[in-house]
Amino acid sequence: MAERDVVRLGGGQGFWGDDLDAPVRMVEGGPLDYLMLDYLAEVTMSILRKLRNRDPSAGYARDFVTLMERIWPTCVERSVRVIANAGGINPRGCADALEDVGREVGVAGKARIGLVRGDDLIPHLEELLDAGHDMAHLETGAPLSSIVDRVRSANAYLGAGPVVEALRQGADVVVTGRVADPALAAAPLIHEHDWAMDDHDRMAAAVLAGHVVECGAQSTGGNCMAEWWSIPRLDIAGFPVVEVEPSGAFTVTKHPGSGGRVDRASVSEQIVYEIGDPRRVITPDVVADFTTIRLTDQGGDRVRLEGIRGAPPTDSYKVSVAYAAGWTAAGTLLYTWPDALQKARAADVVLRRRFDRLGLRLDAVHTELVGWNAGHGPLAGDPPTDAPEVQLRVAVRSTHRASVERFSREMAPLVLTGPPSVTGYAGGRARVQEIMAYWPALIPKKAVDPHVRVEVRLV
Amino acid sequence: MTRVRLVQLAHARSGDKGDSANIGVVAYDETLYPLLVEQVSAERVKEHFGTWVTGPVTRYELPNLCALNFVLRGALDGGGTVSLRTDAQGKVLSAALLRMEIEVPDDVAARTAGWGRVPEGWTPEES
Repeated sequence: MAERDVVRLGGGQGFWGDDLDAPVRMVEGGPLDYLMLDYLAEVTMSILRKLRNRDPSAGYARDFVTLMERIWPTCVERSVRVIANAGGINPRGCADALEDVGREVGVAGKARIGLVRGDDLIPHLEELLDAGHDMAHLETGAPLSSIVDRVRSANAYLGAGPVVEALRQGADVVVTGRVADPALAAAPLIHEHDWAMDDHDRMAAAVLAGHVVECGAQSTGGNCMAEWWSIPRLDIAGFPVVEVEPSGAFTVTKHPGSGGRVDRASVSEQIVYEIGDPRRVITPDVVADFTTIRLTDQGGDRVRLEGIRGAPPTDSYKVSVAYAAGWTAAGTLLYTWPDALQKARAADVVLRRRFDRLGLRLDAVHTELVGWNAGHGPLAGDPPTDAPEVQLRVAVRSTHRASVERFSREMAPLVLTGPPSVTGYAGGRARVQEIMAYWPALIPKKAVDPHVRVEVRLV
Repeated sequence: MTRVRLVQLAHARSGDKGDSANIGVVAYDETLYPLLVEQVSAERVKEHFGTWVTGPVTRYELPNLCALNFVLRGALDGGGTVSLRTDAQGKVLSAALLRMEIEVPDDVAARTAGWGRVPEGWTPEES
């Protein structure tokens, strides 16, 4: 096969807060046609909304703009196009900031910014509810109207279509708000290979490629259990690159000389990550059947995936709503030998008795003994005998803010009034945070699509 | 037959979706996969997690990857942003599942002895 028939797509950021240098290594460390960057977790939109309420020009991932300042000239020189959902709830603000940076780093006249909007449902929320779209909770069936006064963000997960449109109009850097993660990565494959959106098998291949790259190093040896101790040089982990052929078959690999490992184990773990029924992996563009994937470990950090089948997509988009659901805080103290575990347990009893005496209105109190049962809970088995130390961690939640505030002042006194050989309260008072709960729902595509806009501008 | 922990036969990864978690379990090779299919049932996984998971457990099979996928509802004390647990997103439920013990033929137990655990004498500088 001729080189040009392969599209090389890389995932350079698995979440907002991932390795800041990884995208630089992706652009400089080997051949690449497209770089996909994911910044939006389920809860990120509500945080961005809070930031934008304070400053109307905010509400997007600033880190992306800072990153482009570093890599944009190289991207232009090497013809690497970038697709990122960094726009958050203010994709236009992100594109404006990007334009300023583009001029500063000398890409004016050489690069186009594509902007995809319309995922944000907040501007039309009442209109949508009035039109009978109840956006019922996918698990409980409760209508959105039951919490509508507490909604902080509501976004539809758009498909690849508008991103493909931005690329067709010549965009070199595409900024979006909420787009389904694998769709973000599928778009350049659809564009470059000129695949039809109703070619379900190829859509499934595109979505699988996106699923493999969307979590960064999780497919190249990061967070991989299989002989994790022998996975080399995660300090310079290669992030995933997929080499996608016109047929939809592709090879997962990483840049030469980078750390990490691409093999059957690392790729398989990522394929099964955060899926439900593998025969019906639902995305906006296709329903993919992950049981039809053929995986071949070719050695040399190359894994080939082919054969995946797809079925027509549903007529709905998934909607992710964040709503205010009370207050939470967590505090910790370190107890040491001798009898560390017993001291921590005694301190927990003291604490809970104080909550009762103070009449705190707490909806839930959760105690963990870090070093024994914080990770695996009741599955952790018998407590360690004669543990050198154990950390007491107590977390609470309540719709009554004052009770959580008071809780946050109850851990520190234990240093002087509780069991002995305790330390580790240097961090100060437990921070009280508002809980943003997650409300998954569906909405007909035809109710959202009329609001979707694609714009492309020259820097 | 010998009782061994699942960690010796398979590796796994878990993640969250609302208050549900999924755990993908991948057999180290295709000869081990039928043992997982036979013994690591949804019922056994539900029982294994006890009070840590409040809702039902569903199992899906991916024979093409020698993998099983478990969806655990009510697994995260309310879900990622509500949960009071350190592991609010269910990232280590995968390792917790691998604590489970299953019965395997003696030769399989012998062949896989020590798999899934750091070799004796290993140091962090080695990688």
